[in-house]
Amino acid sequence: MRVSKNTDAVVRLLSDSYKAGLEAKPEGQRPTTLPLARREISVTGNLPSVADLEEIARVTRLNVLTMISGAGSGHPGSSLSAVDLIVALYFWKMHHRPDDPRWAERDRFILSKGHAAPALYAVLAEAGYFSATKLSTLRKMDSILQGHPDTVTPGVDVMTGSLGQGLSVANGIALASRLHRKSFRVYVLLGDGECDEGQVWEAAMTAAHYKLDNITIIIDRNMLQSDGATETVKSKEPLPEKWRAFGWNVLEVDGHNFPQILSALNLAEAKKGAPTVIIAKTVKGKGVSFMEGNGQFHSNAIGQELLSRALYEIESSKV
Amino acid sequence: MAKSLRDEFGDTLVDLGRMNEDLVVLDADLSRSTRTHKFAQKYPERFFNVGISEQDLMGTAAGLALEGKIPVASTYAVFAGRAWEQMRNTIARSGLNVKIVVTHAGFSNFADGSSHQSVEDIAIVRAIPGMTLIVPSDSIETREALKAALEFRGPVYIRLGRDAPQIFDDSYRYELGRCVLVRDGRDVTVAATGIMVERALEAAELLKERSIDLCVIDVHTIKPLDGEGIIRAAAKTGAVVTAEEHSVIGGLGGAISELLSENLPVPVERVGIRDMYGQSGEYEQLLTKHRLTPNDIAAACIRAITRRRG
Repeated sequence: MRVSKNTDAVVRLLSDSYKAGLEAKPEGQRPTTLPLARREISVTGNLPSVADLEEIARVTRLNVLTMISGAGSGHPGSSLSAVDLIVALYFWKMHHRPDDPRWAERDRFILSKGHAAPALYAVLAEAGYFSATKLSTLRKMDSILQGHPDTVTPGVDVMTGSLGQGLSVANGIALASRLHRKSFRVYVLLGDGECDEGQVWEAAMTAAHYKLDNITIIIDRNMLQSDGATETVKSKEPLPEKWRAFGWNVLEVDGHNFPQILSALNLAEAKKGAPTVIIAKTVKGKGVSFMEGNGQFHSNAIGQELLSRALYEIESSKV
Repeated sequence: MAKSLRDEFGDTLVDLGRMNEDLVVLDADLSRSTRTHKFAQKYPERFFNVGISEQDLMGTAAGLALEGKIPVASTYAVFAGRAWEQMRNTIARSGLNVKIVVTHAGFSNFADGSSHQSVEDIAIVRAIPGMTLIVPSDSIETREALKAALEFRGPVYIRLGRDAPQIFDDSYRYELGRCVLVRDGRDVTVAATGIMVERALEAAELLKERSIDLCVIDVHTIKPLDGEGIIRAAAKTGAVVTAEEHSVIGGLGGAISELLSENLPVPVERVGIRDMYGQSGEYEQLLTKHRLTPNDIAAACIRAITRRRG
């Protein structure tokens, strides 16, 4: 796959793509700001509908692909599989304040599979942590949007990128919150390939031992990792049984079905005495036919022609 | 008999825990050996044993630091190396306020053999941007360094041996990042760290008979290195010997060679482990075999002086 490094050309082409897929918008105005942005979520009890969430996810996917192609590198497949999960957390489940990223009572989120950073950044922008115009600076020099999550980004608490390390950090946060008698929850998004890392299981034992029921993990079970199918590279199955054996409450959902995701997030919160892992069955590259289930797009930006096709597909999926 | 460094570490933690509610301690199933079990007994709710999992130890400490706690994570020096990338990526890269206190450094875990003897941890930790690295030379300095590390905001690695003769008394004032002149002299400067500070003082006594006057400085903070203090001492004598219970590669000898080669290229002789592993034996036997005795320091001093004159 040829990837253009000429970002100006890419950006120009992108805005053309948008024009083709959407009604023409003035230059510089990106079709990303939904009415939901900048609203404090769930505290108000005014939760978005499933249709709202699907629309946010759709816009997020457009942004993710645009950002990665603009950067010329990144992990589109791994980002797209995680979009619905991150959208469900930030627009439905988590208590957080985009205008006050360090709010002490906020629920914490750790993107342990840090290579899905574009999905997180697009969601944070959509939620109002920073302007969506920043999204085009992904992976550029001095950008607030680094290749992997960094605390220079408003809304990012934990620097990740090297796999396997997020759950341990979540444990530390959860232990501290217990000492401080806080009631916030800690959410961690793990990759399925990431479960190869020994530290994941060290931390899984620690969380179960300390009964950290304020932690919820979501595993983005997209069945593909860098070198191929997860079950070919190093088999993960039986994954639910492994987590159960480690003392975790295990839930399994379709990771692209909002009602299922939301229900599992509520069940996880209700569970006392043990941490919960939600194994979310997902499709790598979800939303773009030629990327779905295709390991080729694990860490390859797509070129201009494919990008236009991808954006058009997502755009026309609007209900 | 001087108090062992780890006993002082364990007792100081208990003292500091009384004064500082935010102090939390973590260990990886070596709390009896590292002496953090004293803190665990006194403050069980603020002690977390993560079991035999050093990577998880570092990550959990990072999470506690993110929430405003001051975690002290402890294990053997050699096993902390197993979590080098966690120290780098999760702790130091974010500048998190984690204190990593490792024990049984160098050959001080003599009987357990080379798997348990850490000869290269200064080198690998020193290379991490943003890390502060302290090697105390006796129990008083251990206590004072630990206090200073807790007051300092940012990641700190403190490397402890097991036993060390007393050098300082209760009047000692510790200053992070400032080396200490423990003996003034005019002929050659010995920059020593850890147990080698006391051995340098012994070397000074040996060389008195030959009318060689040693200047001995205790470089307790290896990073950030006290460039000014070391250059001043080196300028005065024109010859430098470094002494450490660590590999000559990348440790104190490496750091001082880097500093002086750029700023004041005087002869430098490095006393340290010559790129080798240890083995089981008595502590003193290992120190002798690897040429870490006062005699070895004295010989290096003579070599340095000879090179200066040459």
